[in-house]
Amino acid sequence: MLNSPSLEPLLFELSDPGSASDYLPPLDVPEAPLPFATRAELDIPEVDEHSVVRHFTRLSQNTFSIDTHFYPLGSCTMKYNPKLNEAVAAMPGFASVHPLQAETTSQGWLEVLFRAQEVLAKIAGLDACTVQPLAGAQGEFCGLLMIRAYHNARGEADKRRRIVVPDSAHGTNPASAARCGYAVTTVKSNAEGGVDMDAMRAALKDDVAAVMITNPNTLGVFEAQIEELCTLAHENGALVYMDGANMNAILGQARPGDMGVDVMHYNVHKTFSTPHGGGGPGAGPVAVRSILEPFLPVPHVIQAESGEFAWDWDRPDAVGSLHGFRGNSGVILRALTYILRHGGEGLRQVSSDAVLSANYILARLKGTYETANPNGCKHECVLSASKLRSQYGVSAWDIAKRLPDYGFHAPTVYFPTIVKESMMIEPTETETKATLDAFCEAMLAIAEEAKNDPDLLHRAPLTMPVGRLDEANAAKCLNLCWTTPQAEEACESDGEPKREIAGAPTY
Amino acid sequence: MPYFSLTPADREAMLATIGVQSADELFADIPASLRDAAREAFANLEGGRSEMGLKRDMARLAAKNVHADTSTCFLGAGVYDHYVPSAVSALASRGEFVTAYTPYQAETSQGTLQVIYEFQSLLCRLTGMEMANASLYDGATALAEALILAYAATKKKRMLVPRGLSPAYRRVATTYTQGLPITIDEIPFDTTTGQIDGEALKEALKSGDVAAVVVAQPNFFGVLEDAPAIAEATHAAGALLVAVFNPLSLGILPPPGSYDADVAIADGQSLGLPMTFGGPGLGLFCCKQKFSRLAPGRLVGLTTDAEGTRGFTLTLQTREQHIRREKATSNICSNQALCALVATIYMATMGERGVREAATHSFHKAAYAREQLQTLPGVKPVFSGPHYHEFAVSLPVAVETIGKALAEEDIIGPYDLGRDYPELEGAALFCCTEKRSREDIDFLTKVLSAALPRPKVESGASGSDLNGNGSVHLDGVAVHYADDARTFYLDW
Repeated sequence: MLNSPSLEPLLFELSDPGSASDYLPPLDVPEAPLPFATRAELDIPEVDEHSVVRHFTRLSQNTFSIDTHFYPLGSCTMKYNPKLNEAVAAMPGFASVHPLQAETTSQGWLEVLFRAQEVLAKIAGLDACTVQPLAGAQGEFCGLLMIRAYHNARGEADKRRRIVVPDSAHGTNPASAARCGYAVTTVKSNAEGGVDMDAMRAALKDDVAAVMITNPNTLGVFEAQIEELCTLAHENGALVYMDGANMNAILGQARPGDMGVDVMHYNVHKTFSTPHGGGGPGAGPVAVRSILEPFLPVPHVIQAESGEFAWDWDRPDAVGSLHGFRGNSGVILRALTYILRHGGEGLRQVSSDAVLSANYILARLKGTYETANPNGCKHECVLSASKLRSQYGVSAWDIAKRLPDYGFHAPTVYFPTIVKESMMIEPTETETKATLDAFCEAMLAIAEEAKNDPDLLHRAPLTMPVGRLDEANAAKCLNLCWTTPQAEEACESDGEPKREIAGAPTY
Repeated sequence: MPYFSLTPADREAMLATIGVQSADELFADIPASLRDAAREAFANLEGGRSEMGLKRDMARLAAKNVHADTSTCFLGAGVYDHYVPSAVSALASRGEFVTAYTPYQAETSQGTLQVIYEFQSLLCRLTGMEMANASLYDGATALAEALILAYAATKKKRMLVPRGLSPAYRRVATTYTQGLPITIDEIPFDTTTGQIDGEALKEALKSGDVAAVVVAQPNFFGVLEDAPAIAEATHAAGALLVAVFNPLSLGILPPPGSYDADVAIADGQSLGLPMTFGGPGLGLFCCKQKFSRLAPGRLVGLTTDAEGTRGFTLTLQTREQHIRREKATSNICSNQALCALVATIYMATMGERGVREAATHSFHKAAYAREQLQTLPGVKPVFSGPHYHEFAVSLPVAVETIGKALAEEDIIGPYDLGRDYPELEGAALFCCTEKRSREDIDFLTKVLSAALPRPKVESGASGSDLNGNGSVHLDGVAVHYADDARTFYLDW
């Protein structure tokens, strides 16, 4: 039962018809007769500008962000988002350009995208790159479409209908494979959480189109057998796709192309500091070995001998287009700005500090929490709350919910799924030692609380605008749009907040 | 070096805690050959600029682009130059919004979640649809997702997509469905009206194996379809109707819910987003609630905590890839949350009246421009159907030539329809938003007039016949033009 409204009223509750401000001048052309029936009411609220500003400012203050809080989120690389990137993206010469303008009037933009293509191929150690894919998941989809086109060109598309994915992989890997019409074979990891080469050998039959791997893997461990794995796949006629989610660990330390990888995507909102924006937009550039270059999506940016940049549509083997225009250009611009600011040495320092910080947290917490990283980690470490769970009934979920009371966002929990009660922690290179220490102190304090007052942890968070929310009821009642208050009251919770799916991965 | 938070002393102390001598040791598990190759390659990477130097470099790159803040934009074709109140970017650029993570942890993300819930609610009202998701990448990919939903919902494979739909949307839909058992058939447009060829649609629906019919309202030519009639024919054939709309146009046009669309998708760029070279855009995805479990992407729902306090959370995650892996309804793992925020603030700021006004003004300005341009010799409207804020005219000279002449006068546009439609060679698509003043439109007319073969009309010596054919005199040479405005011949 609803006792009190949310901290900030809904826009619809602020509406006062006639109160909206004016923004447009009066119509300065004759009114033309309307050749169609116009609609009656839109039912869009009317709120004066000052109230709109207060409403959204308050909402902004009611949310964690990188600018305000530390996010130890494993696999998400929540690093500082430089303000320079935003200043560049806001320049009218970038922000107010139409994508269908003539090439002669958009050379600056074409150069940005071309240079991003070039530098991202180099960072990967591969031959070419497209910056069109809109996010990591779409990059996977794009890469797999290119793999499919490659096998098709060799007359093997009908034979190779299967993608091999380790069980430690992100859920997008198998989901993207399915979107390309592929069947998915899941391969179990070995005891250390790495690729089990025997299982891989058994799975690599002649119907396999590609192996999808993540390196470093989702346990934060570099796959030492990566070169052997790539050779094995290639001998079998399969290609190797690398999920680049964890590139922040190996920037300038190892290049996927050198390992034998044929195609990979980046998540520029992870590795290259573009803002998460509360869930997007991102961008997922895809770098490829030359054998896949003919299949890159259209249009692709090229540079003529004259130095002029142009759109290349004349790519008969291209897999098609993944976006209505040129991709998330505004995001690519931010990523390029970040890369140029750092340069090669700066990017090597990024991975070095990121790995140092993760190992520091691991060193400080491994005596209190079990770890899947007995031999150290790369950019993230995986801890487990299974002992706390069995001894005191305190779960990783409880710890995740308690951390905000200490001023920290939760870590990734229940992922990777191969570790029980897992908590995946990725500090990145942009946190001070003082912040890392404060986080470690909080984790240690929570372990003490688990012993002394486990119920407190079940009830956490205690200092947020709302308490633990009833996710299960949200799914059952499914109120997605504000219509009438009655709709809300019709859906009563039993007062015991439950998750929609117990133990589900939460990043 | 930029953006590092550890001092050399911090690093030393941390290494000591870990129990290693150097950070290098932490990479000892990577084969040396790989490390050497990477070190060498990175030594040759460009960059390492100061903030001051880099900002200047980037400003110089920006200066190589012509942009709509100083030029006058008559280019549309899917991305529109609308006016955006100052409050929108001021609020949307707040760091708390910009740098927030996906709101998986609801209690720390109520601001982001409430914004998305308001976004979904505003879209339901704007479109008359029962539900909206938290957004997809862009309009084109939203269409692809809608077709995949139609396949899942009907178990039928055939999609009917009008040729008058944006070529970019058609291209992306084809790309997205190439690995799936979906076929896309094209429905031609009526060359007179520019609308869907109704007879061809009826014929194509006869077989009964159609999963979905797509209707764009307005279509790529700016022409409005008889959406209710198409909806009726579609539903009678047991197929789903997928409506593609322009969200701002719904300030004046009947919404997709009013003609019983099953799925309604769009790009939300016209709701306050900058053009940014086409991306990021904002994929809008609305549908009937009975399809909620087949819908792609994130959804935010209303719920309560133990005290009964209202709150918001991501919901129906059982559809999504992080839970369902290869059985997910889509592989999408993000939404355009920041762009959805912009659209939400735009609608909140403009309010009902502002949205309606922007849509109405856009229509009237385009109607005025269409009327003005067709007073020019050889410039003819291509389609007779009702228009919203874009229209096609045929030009007596190559569209590219006209584009160059307009660029000389700081005018951006028009779109060359011949690029995608060989049958419309010589036709140009112009767009007017509420931002185009009468003065802008009159200037366009003047510049276009000057760029055309300059006629010197002798009183009483010229005129056109009923077919629109006629002649003018160009410095003593009679120029004859035909109604299709592509046939020109000179009398020397």
